[in-house]
Amino acid sequence: MNDIATLTRPHAETTLKDWETDQEVRWCPGCGDYAILKAVQRTLPMIGADPANTVFVSGIGCSSRFPYYVESYGFHTIHGRAPAVATGVKLANPQLDVWIVTGDGDGLSIGGNHTMHILRRNLDCQILLFNNEIYGLTKGQYSPTSREGTRSPSTPFGSVDHPAKPAAFALGSGARFVARAYDVSKQLPEVLVAAHAHKGAAFVEIFQNCIVYNKDVFADFTEKKNADEGQLWVENGKPLLFSRGSKGIALDQATLTLKVVDVADGDWQAAGVIVHDVTNRAIAHMLVEMPFGPFPMALGVIYDDPLPSFEQAVVAQNAQLAKGKTPDLQKLVGTGQTWTVTKDGPVL
Amino acid sequence: MASAAPTSTAPLAGNEAAPEAVVVRFAGDSGDGMQLTGGQFTLSTALAGNDLATFPDFPAEIRAPQGTLFGVSAFQINFGSSDITTAGDAPDILIAMNPAALKTNVVDLKAGGLIIADTGEFSERNLAKAKYDVNPLEDGSLGRWQVLAFDISALTLESVKPFGLGNKEALRCKNMWTLGLALWLFDRDRQPIVDWLKAKFAKAPDIAEANIAALNAGHAYGETAELSVPVKQLHMAPAPAPEGLYRTVTGAEAISLGLVAGAQLASLPMFFGGYPITPASAILHHLSRLKEYGVTTFQAEDEIAAIASAIGASYAGSLGVTSSSGPGIALKGEAMGLAIMTELPLVIVNSQRGGPSTGLPTKTEQSDLYQAVYGRNGDAPMPVIAARSPADAFDCAIEACRIAIQYMTPVMLLTDGYIANAAEPWRVPDMSGYAPFPAQFLDHVPEGGLRPYARDEKLARPWIRPGTPDLMHRIGGIEKEVGTGHINYAPANHQAMTELRRDKILGIAKGLRQDVAMGNESGRLAVVGWGSTFGPIHQAVRRARRKGHDVAHIHIRHIWPLPENLGDLLKAYDRILVPEMNTGQLKTLLRDQYLVDARPLNKISGQPFRIAEIEAAIEGMLA
Repeated sequence: MNDIATLTRPHAETTLKDWETDQEVRWCPGCGDYAILKAVQRTLPMIGADPANTVFVSGIGCSSRFPYYVESYGFHTIHGRAPAVATGVKLANPQLDVWIVTGDGDGLSIGGNHTMHILRRNLDCQILLFNNEIYGLTKGQYSPTSREGTRSPSTPFGSVDHPAKPAAFALGSGARFVARAYDVSKQLPEVLVAAHAHKGAAFVEIFQNCIVYNKDVFADFTEKKNADEGQLWVENGKPLLFSRGSKGIALDQATLTLKVVDVADGDWQAAGVIVHDVTNRAIAHMLVEMPFGPFPMALGVIYDDPLPSFEQAVVAQNAQLAKGKTPDLQKLVGTGQTWTVTKDGPVL
Repeated sequence: MASAAPTSTAPLAGNEAAPEAVVVRFAGDSGDGMQLTGGQFTLSTALAGNDLATFPDFPAEIRAPQGTLFGVSAFQINFGSSDITTAGDAPDILIAMNPAALKTNVVDLKAGGLIIADTGEFSERNLAKAKYDVNPLEDGSLGRWQVLAFDISALTLESVKPFGLGNKEALRCKNMWTLGLALWLFDRDRQPIVDWLKAKFAKAPDIAEANIAALNAGHAYGETAELSVPVKQLHMAPAPAPEGLYRTVTGAEAISLGLVAGAQLASLPMFFGGYPITPASAILHHLSRLKEYGVTTFQAEDEIAAIASAIGASYAGSLGVTSSSGPGIALKGEAMGLAIMTELPLVIVNSQRGGPSTGLPTKTEQSDLYQAVYGRNGDAPMPVIAARSPADAFDCAIEACRIAIQYMTPVMLLTDGYIANAAEPWRVPDMSGYAPFPAQFLDHVPEGGLRPYARDEKLARPWIRPGTPDLMHRIGGIEKEVGTGHINYAPANHQAMTELRRDKILGIAKGLRQDVAMGNESGRLAVVGWGSTFGPIHQAVRRARRKGHDVAHIHIRHIWPLPENLGDLLKAYDRILVPEMNTGQLKTLLRDQYLVDARPLNKISGQPFRIAEIEAAIEGMLA
């Protein structure tokens, strides 16, 4: 988010069209990225964003083409390094509204280290991780989020390693905002609005359908026919219900794990269904770890509990330490173990 | 005071005429405080008006096991009554605080030189740790040198007795006792050291007083004791120096100050992204204390994040700076390409160390020239500047900032472990003498529309900060279209952009003139160097010229692009000798650029050149 900047300079209200560039969009026809682009271009007017003050930073991969298609400032950097570049942008000018667009390979494999540290530091920005469980731009190799057994050009007999879970990784790295949505979900703009409203690093995992290399890999919950059983849209203060309110998520007190319970006649309280509290970190951990199949996929704002952001702390410390001091270059170069050479020789 | 008749050739042992310069090496265990002792002796030397140069040489281990050969830490200082440009070839005096320090350093001592040793540390255990079967102080094996051996440990304990310190703490004052003796030896004033001790231990006055007592005791010992060899107190005349304010400065300090000055001259805030690495970390440490100068320092999670964040900061309108040593520079390579492609200003400091891989982290080498000039994928030209000394690093840092901003390019600034750690006297510059080069940002749509990759007369593109209304645009690492900066894969465009990037950097050479550091602009032999070999080359050429040889010294600061007249200049000499602390990297560059028969002189031992080594090579080339 950026509360300061939007207040400091008045700018015209925008529409979706204002956020489109003159560049030809070069994703495969039918790619989930189109829907995400539209959702972002729909969100930006909703939050009153100023194109001049908005910066999209990306790494490498299909998702990282994103900045070219948003009429704002944009920086398409190198593989995995978008969080590091964005950190420099935000520290140099904390008033900028910084968005990072990354993918499962870019953000969790080659750039996993930077993703961890930007979350730990809590730089004020929005991180949109498009998870399609595959390397698209390099033509279909399995990625760190691919499920075990994924057949790909580099794993023709099936992958044997265990996948990373982006939202769990984010929480484990210290993220103070974690949300999930999928490319064509109608709730995506409101999730993005919430991410933007969060001061600090806001991590949004967006399940994205790669129709060429990993088609319909999320269909088990994204397809209309599977939505009721497969999707659990969480909302702060509301019970964790799905399947049109006939099922809910409760805590098994004996094992301290989550369980699916049946809700009879809408009496979720009797069934022990948990009321979602976005500041409950322990439940957030459980929600992002729920194995899909026995459990639905938790979507929406799963965790949102702000702490002071990194750039605020840096700015505050810089200001505090500079307070009352006048920069004097001449004095600075002449500080240290000094002496003066006079006509009669050196003196202290 | 010794009274025996002079019998030795040692410069301090009874030699009547004061030498022009003296080299002293303090060596001890890494816990003995040798660097501190050396630092204070340096200040004292500067106050005595002598010119000086120092060379700290310490182990890679933080706290190596006590008394071991690999735990020896040494500090060498060369000082004299005339111009000093190196830390000296061979020590005249070696102060050895234990057997290991003696063993690792005595081989360098001049024949007839003086050894001062602490017998209190020559126990059987310590001798064994230093792999001595017999005590060298007793078996006659040190016959080539003068030996002054006495129990410094016991004398120190005695001198600090009134302060009731524990044995361990009391022995920590040994270095001050030794410094006191050294101060006596060179007729120095103790007061500045006393003041410094009081300030350093302001919170523990007991410790301060104990150290002062040890310092005074060491000094008194020199004055009153009957020393076992003829040692004569020596007063060295001050070296002529212009009047003004002076300070000691290390290369790391000078670079930090130069970067701050460069940013200020450009009217820019500075962003420094760094990751700890020996011997470059000192720059991060210095800059992190200078917040009031608009400096933001960021200790990144790795070398790549350090440079990537600096690029992000430059993009947002700060002067981005990053710093590392060879291995870290290697990691930054891809990001340097991004800065070249997106044409953003950036200063990259490489404090070179022995390589490859982890190599010799605490030893000096200048073997990253190829890496600096060529070490990126694609045709990725980047200016390279090399500092020759700690003081010179200040101006080089300012120059790097200027080029980065005026040409919208990353610039590599090379120093090395020697320059980073060594201290030398520096006449504090008058900052009003530096011409400002304020950064220009595009702040409106120019006539004809926004073209983020338009060119000015230097072929630089405009610097456009995010946050500026109406100038929204996208940049990235994919090839740019000429002028617009849009993505463009067309063959002709790539050819044009590659040539543009090359020509922009080559254009920096316009107006760069290579001068001759010493000697004539033509002749029989040019000795060509770069970086920290300046000192030994300069002295070697001076000596050769004194002997009547027709030899000149050319020192190159701008490694890439090379000054426009360098080729013609080199061709005016019959022969070219290139001494380098690598296997011949500048030599190859010169051969490639000018088809000249540049001959290498290489030293890759982790130690700086000795003057004599270069002098011998000069003689060889002229024979």
